[in-house]
Amino acid sequence: MAEIIQAEGKQKGGKKKAKKFSTHIDMTPMVDLMCLLITFFMLTTAFSKPKAMEITMPEKKDDPTIKAPEIQADRTINILISGNDQIYYYFGLADPKKPLPTLIKTSYSKDGIRKILLQRNKIVFKAVTELREKVIKGEEVMADSTLTRKIKELKKSDKNAPIILIKADERAKYKNMVDIIDEMAITTVANYAVVDISPIELQMISGTVPATPAK
Amino acid sequence: MPKIKLPVKTPHIDMTPMVDLFALLLTFFMLTTSFRPQEAAIIDTPNSVSEKVCPDKDVITILVGKDNKVYLNFDNGKDTSILIRKEVLKKMAEQYHLTFNDKELKTFSTWASFGMPADKLKAWINTPDSKDREKFLTGIPMDSTDNQLNLWVRFIRLQNPNAEVAIKGDSDADFKTVKHVMDILQENKVNKFNLTTNLQKEEAKLEE
Repeated sequence: MAEIIQAEGKQKGGKKKAKKFSTHIDMTPMVDLMCLLITFFMLTTAFSKPKAMEITMPEKKDDPTIKAPEIQADRTINILISGNDQIYYYFGLADPKKPLPTLIKTSYSKDGIRKILLQRNKIVFKAVTELREKVIKGEEVMADSTLTRKIKELKKSDKNAPIILIKADERAKYKNMVDIIDEMAITTVANYAVVDISPIELQMISGTVPATPAK
Repeated sequence: MPKIKLPVKTPHIDMTPMVDLFALLLTFFMLTTSFRPQEAAIIDTPNSVSEKVCPDKDVITILVGKDNKVYLNFDNGKDTSILIRKEVLKKMAEQYHLTFNDKELKTFSTWASFGMPADKLKAWINTPDSKDREKFLTGIPMDSTDNQLNLWVRFIRLQNPNAEVAIKGDSDADFKTVKHVMDILQENKVNKFNLTTNLQKEEAKLEE
């Protein structure tokens, strides 16, 4: 197809005409090169930018005189994470001196832990979803920063919202922890903390202390 | 009857629109590309609903691999006159009585993640082949007897106090290891972490 300079067929005798040059430029090599470059860029592009989940841990204090803040037992849900994607929860506090709360086995699925969290966090969840819907529908117009602030306020407003303590044992996988923290974001739980697991809770998981099976 | 001679024509397709389109695509890809930096290990991050974009400047990334090996990556910071990686490596060399020449320091400042005991760094930098270099990636020691991760983080924080910390853990990494990394970071007064995840939309519905 090379035809950059292609003279017009035969020239009939007579007047000498100026040579006609075809204006066509052979673009095949250019197309080839572009194809190559496009393929290269398409394959190397990282489209989805990595996202980050923010988590703030309480500052470690070596000072023994400062006590951990008191938590209302009736608001507390303890989530225990173990190996093999096992997950348990119980309400209240596990005090070795008192009768132990029943440990309930659940799952990471929609009907598992999320159901329980939603139920306990109903008021906040409702308020937040309503606000979000209003913004999406355009009934209320506000900047993103205002929305985040308002959601934060809503989360604080419920004085009976659950407090979640997340505890993982030695065998838990990183994914399990991320899943649970993510569940907090999905169900708009405001108060949660990642805490070290206590020996009594380890016993509860291993079954040394009788635990009730899943209902 | 004489044969009708058809004029010999080269088949010709007008490629201009195609070229136009290609040029457009090429420009698009060239402008949107952000090159994936070579990472010490393939890490399959877990999913979450978080939509916050992971910071890409002034960030210390701690990678936790599937096999619980810990790698580290940090950038040179916003100020281009000081190469933070260079300074940190100098500090580290001082600590472990190692010497690096200018060329080695410069090479280190342009590379990304690494993960090996400090005494292996020199050999790693001087290995020209990237395949051979992978053999050095044995993870940064962080047990109580030789807590090198702690030192790295401390030196980086001293050089670049604004640095944020991102933890990029593999789904199958043990939480114990990640927790250990977090404890080390907390010792260095880092209490806010960015856990790198993939975006996956998830909706919750309240049952009436």
